[in-house]
Amino acid sequence: MSFRLSYRADPGNPWFSWQYVRDNSDTILAAVREHASLTGRAVLFAVLIALPLSVLAYWFRPLAGPILAVSGVVYTIPSLALFAFIAPYLGTGTTTVLVGLVLYALLLIVRNVVAGLNQVPPEVGEAAEGMGYGRWGRLFRIDLPLALPGIVTGVRLATVSTVALVTVGVLVGHGGLGQLIFAGFQNNLYKAEIMTAALLCVALAVVLDLLLILVARLVTPWSARRAR
Amino acid sequence: MTVAENPIGQAITWINDPLNWTNPGGMLDRLGEHLTISAMAVALGCLVAWPLGLWLGHLGRGGGLVVLISNATLAIPTLALLTILPVVFASGFGRTPVVVALAVFAVPPLLANAYTGVRQVDPEARDAARGMGLSGGQLLRRVELPLAVPYLAAGFRTAAVQVIATAALASFVNGGGLGQIIRTGFGIGIAAGGGQIVAGGVLVAGLALLAEVVLGGVERLVTPKPLRRGRQRLGRPRAADATGRA
Repeated sequence: MSFRLSYRADPGNPWFSWQYVRDNSDTILAAVREHASLTGRAVLFAVLIALPLSVLAYWFRPLAGPILAVSGVVYTIPSLALFAFIAPYLGTGTTTVLVGLVLYALLLIVRNVVAGLNQVPPEVGEAAEGMGYGRWGRLFRIDLPLALPGIVTGVRLATVSTVALVTVGVLVGHGGLGQLIFAGFQNNLYKAEIMTAALLCVALAVVLDLLLILVARLVTPWSARRAR
Repeated sequence: MTVAENPIGQAITWINDPLNWTNPGGMLDRLGEHLTISAMAVALGCLVAWPLGLWLGHLGRGGGLVVLISNATLAIPTLALLTILPVVFASGFGRTPVVVALAVFAVPPLLANAYTGVRQVDPEARDAARGMGLSGGQLLRRVELPLAVPYLAAGFRTAAVQVIATAALASFVNGGGLGQIIRTGFGIGIAAGGGQIVAGGVLVAGLALLAEVVLGGVERLVTPKPLRRGRQRLGRPRAADATGRA
């Protein structure tokens, strides 16, 4: 095993080159767009599925165990294996990637939303019932708003890990920026291509995370006020 | 768009072919590679993360650093690290860069759990040990470390499952492992290789789930009974569930 770092500055293959970015701006932009759109759609679908599931787990306690257990098992399946299960049925398209991403994002969101809903103090629930709120009124006016911090945490975790996970879509040819990373690897280790794509990946995760923090501030003004 | 016909039937046929087990690059070879790479990566991760986490927990400082490391690795795509490290290491495409890349993903759960494990020790136990005249190092070794064992085990399980899952991606950089079976299947094409793809998926997923179950059992065994009950009542707070997905 040699841990010797290669300091030889290879003039032909730098870690970063503006030349590469300029010459390939179209490809890079297309990859970023695919990456962002896959992430956005996956998280959106995951939220749409996760919220009703979490409410079910909250309302009917016996369902909570099975729902969390099943999504936990799915989460343990490695992404490559999950894509391998889906691809023979759905083919090598965006759908395969999307289904895999949604399944993974699901657990993170469900777990955090359920935790958020369970944190609603029982006194608040009783007060709401005393004020005449029905099951649905209580859910939308009391429980969900109070669970918002949990929901936001879940969505943020899901978004950041989805951004990283999209790259595995390379397996079926739709990996967004992962496509560039892999191409750079195959292309005689084109460092600039690998590094640019990797940095853009991390940057995309950070930007989306910050956006979600901002949205969270806007929808839960009370939590910012309390912090101050 | 091509879709395989009856992939499960194909997969069963593929798994039942003895040559697919014993051939060079067959299932047994790949399983061996997978386990070797994973074991080396987890060992390397433990070597780095446990001393650091225990020490930071003992000092009671660096909680921010632990969280930062966890969050940062969550955002780094596995594929990027797997492709970048072989370039950084002059050795090229040996096992070393793959092992190091996987170890990077093992560090956050190990580190966070080691840190939390020491931090959650009852301050009264710590005070009592101090009162008995134990030095800082003795306190860490004789009191904090034993009480942190359940957390260390939880971190170990999370990290090992994570690494076994991520090791499947080593196939993208020709690093071997069970992922290679899936990649070869895609190389043949979905129509013809569908069975092999599903079979590879079953192996990778099975290994990860098996590791989860076995290490979960180990975690229970090393957790003293009173702590076990206490943790279940609290809804099993696990310090570092926020690991990236591989």
